[in-house]
Amino acid sequence: MNTETRELPMTLEPRANYLNDGHSIRSWLLTTDHKRIGLLYMVSITLFFFVGGAAAAMMRLELLRPQGGLVTSALYNKLFTMHGVIMVWFFLIPSIPTVLGNFLVPLMIGARDVAFPRLNLVSWYLFIAGGASALWAIIAGGVDTGWTFYTPYSSTYANGHVLAMAAGIFIAGFGSIATGLNFIVTIHKMRAPGLTWFRLPLFIWTIYTTSLILVLATPVLAITLTLMALERLFGVGIFNPAMGGDPLLFQHLFWFYSHPAVYIMILPSMGVVSELIPCFSRKSIFGYNFIAYATISIGVFGFLVWGHHMFVSSQSVYAGMIFSILSFLVSIPSAIKVFNWTATLYKGSITFQTPMLYAFGFIGLFTIGGLTGLFLAALAVDVHLHDTYFVIAHFHYIMVGGAVMGYLGGLHFWWPKITGRLYCEWLAKLAAVTIFAGFNLTFFPQFILGFMGMPRRYPVYAPEFQVLNVLSTAGASILAIGYLLPLAYLLWSLRYGKPAGANPWKATGLEWKTSSPPPRDNFANAPVVTEEPYNYDAQAAELSLEENSHA
Amino acid sequence: MNREPATNRFLFTAGALLGLLALTVGAAYVNLGPFNTIAALTISAAKTVLILVFFMEIRERSPVIWVALATGFFFFGIMFALAMSDFLTRGWK
Ligand SMILES: [Cu+2]
Repeated sequence: MNTETRELPMTLEPRANYLNDGHSIRSWLLTTDHKRIGLLYMVSITLFFFVGGAAAAMMRLELLRPQGGLVTSALYNKLFTMHGVIMVWFFLIPSIPTVLGNFLVPLMIGARDVAFPRLNLVSWYLFIAGGASALWAIIAGGVDTGWTFYTPYSSTYANGHVLAMAAGIFIAGFGSIATGLNFIVTIHKMRAPGLTWFRLPLFIWTIYTTSLILVLATPVLAITLTLMALERLFGVGIFNPAMGGDPLLFQHLFWFYSHPAVYIMILPSMGVVSELIPCFSRKSIFGYNFIAYATISIGVFGFLVWGHHMFVSSQSVYAGMIFSILSFLVSIPSAIKVFNWTATLYKGSITFQTPMLYAFGFIGLFTIGGLTGLFLAALAVDVHLHDTYFVIAHFHYIMVGGAVMGYLGGLHFWWPKITGRLYCEWLAKLAAVTIFAGFNLTFFPQFILGFMGMPRRYPVYAPEFQVLNVLSTAGASILAIGYLLPLAYLLWSLRYGKPAGANPWKATGLEWKTSSPPPRDNFANAPVVTEEPYNYDAQAAELSLEENSHA
Repeated sequence: MNREPATNRFLFTAGALLGLLALTVGAAYVNLGPFNTIAALTISAAKTVLILVFFMEIRERSPVIWVALATGFFFFGIMFALAMSDFLTRGWK
């Protein structure tokens, strides 16, 4: 990659930007700047990521031997609960929306900030308060229900700090709702002149849809956890059949939120990939409208399929058939996206910079995750695979292979914009390849284990499963190195990285038209949009013209 | 909006909601057979209307707000309909 040499000064410090606009702790903790709030989220979710990762590491070590022996069964229950709760609510769901979304939404639409900057800061404090409550529940003794809090584990038979954990998720949930609301209003009301809906970057479409899901689904989770607490504290019979409740109601309500929550995690990643593929293929995106509509329809269809988590829960067979068919349908818009990204690559001038490696990783791993989801959506096959490692492998291909790859790809793509610095490219490529290899070695064996019948959530297993489990643990240690590498070289780049210039990737999009790091108010002059998004063809012509005139 | 403070109206509505809550609890202690459920749902529908009309002042809002509201009810309808596809067709009770 050539660094920008033509117009921009290579010095950083003298120019005022959002990073040197106040250095006190107060200027960070009371900031209403969407860019600084994005960084607050970045630091917080990174901490949670490594807490959740530590729990996973303990589990993989326990599973090295069939008879276990590293941790007790009770502690193992707490480890997988902690891993799930932390990773889902305190890393994956906030990851792209609150870090990259906060940083990029106003920049991409040419606004000075989000619609409600103070509410944005409140969201972060709610997130931190919720996270603190969840961490307290873990430190005080832990929760052993699994991240799903199924009754009666979480009600009649609960031992542990279920209510503190649920309260943490409840509080953080209100942060999510406020963030969603903020983005919806921002995208509706604050687009630059000329930036019509169908000129928006596809990342904005995905953040918009994700925000709708956050606003519509999160309250249901809050109510569900409240009902659980009411039953537990006051003996109100809601889920317990002995008190007149319905034993499956909890699962219906929980998955009404938690299936769409999968799309909260994966849609923003798809948005990132839709930015990366055109940039590193130097081509306009193929089928922009189809991708935009597919985004919305994934969001809506996501609400119609939750019963596929309940095929063997004694849900009625008729309902199972409906949910099975609807689950197959949701694969159509996902496939549209994969085909369109692939078609964008066709005859493109592809370069293999770090963000693009993550985009390729996303497409391959998401496709495997999605296709194995079809196995699980089939009623009869699910009877065999339900609650086995096949399910674990499937959703990790979606959430780690998909969502985390997208987050890392986006982080590497916009890091020069966020910090004004370039990271060490060869180390970053090495980390991307390490993560891809470690991920597959960790989770591919789990497909086979699950297919052979190894159940999830047990600290011990039959001896014939050992070889594949050892492979999986070996993969996890490679994956851990892969995740620690970016932490090291990205921090290093903050101090020693080369200045990035405004547009190191020669990308289109308004966020690249301002300096890096951007000034406090984002743009020196309010931008006006006159062209279609991803106009790389026109840009290529322009660049070659400029080069000729320089020669 | 340019009119006298609505504090009284809000307090009155809040009182009405609390009254209906008491009614719900009271009705639960009387055995009405299947009408217990009907009574509870009717009371909660009345509460919803109070909130929409007096707290959210939905009648004075722009069509965009109505669309947002309708979306909420639409998704609630999805939740209700698909959950009922299980509850109403189970082979067990
Ligand atoms: Cu699902």
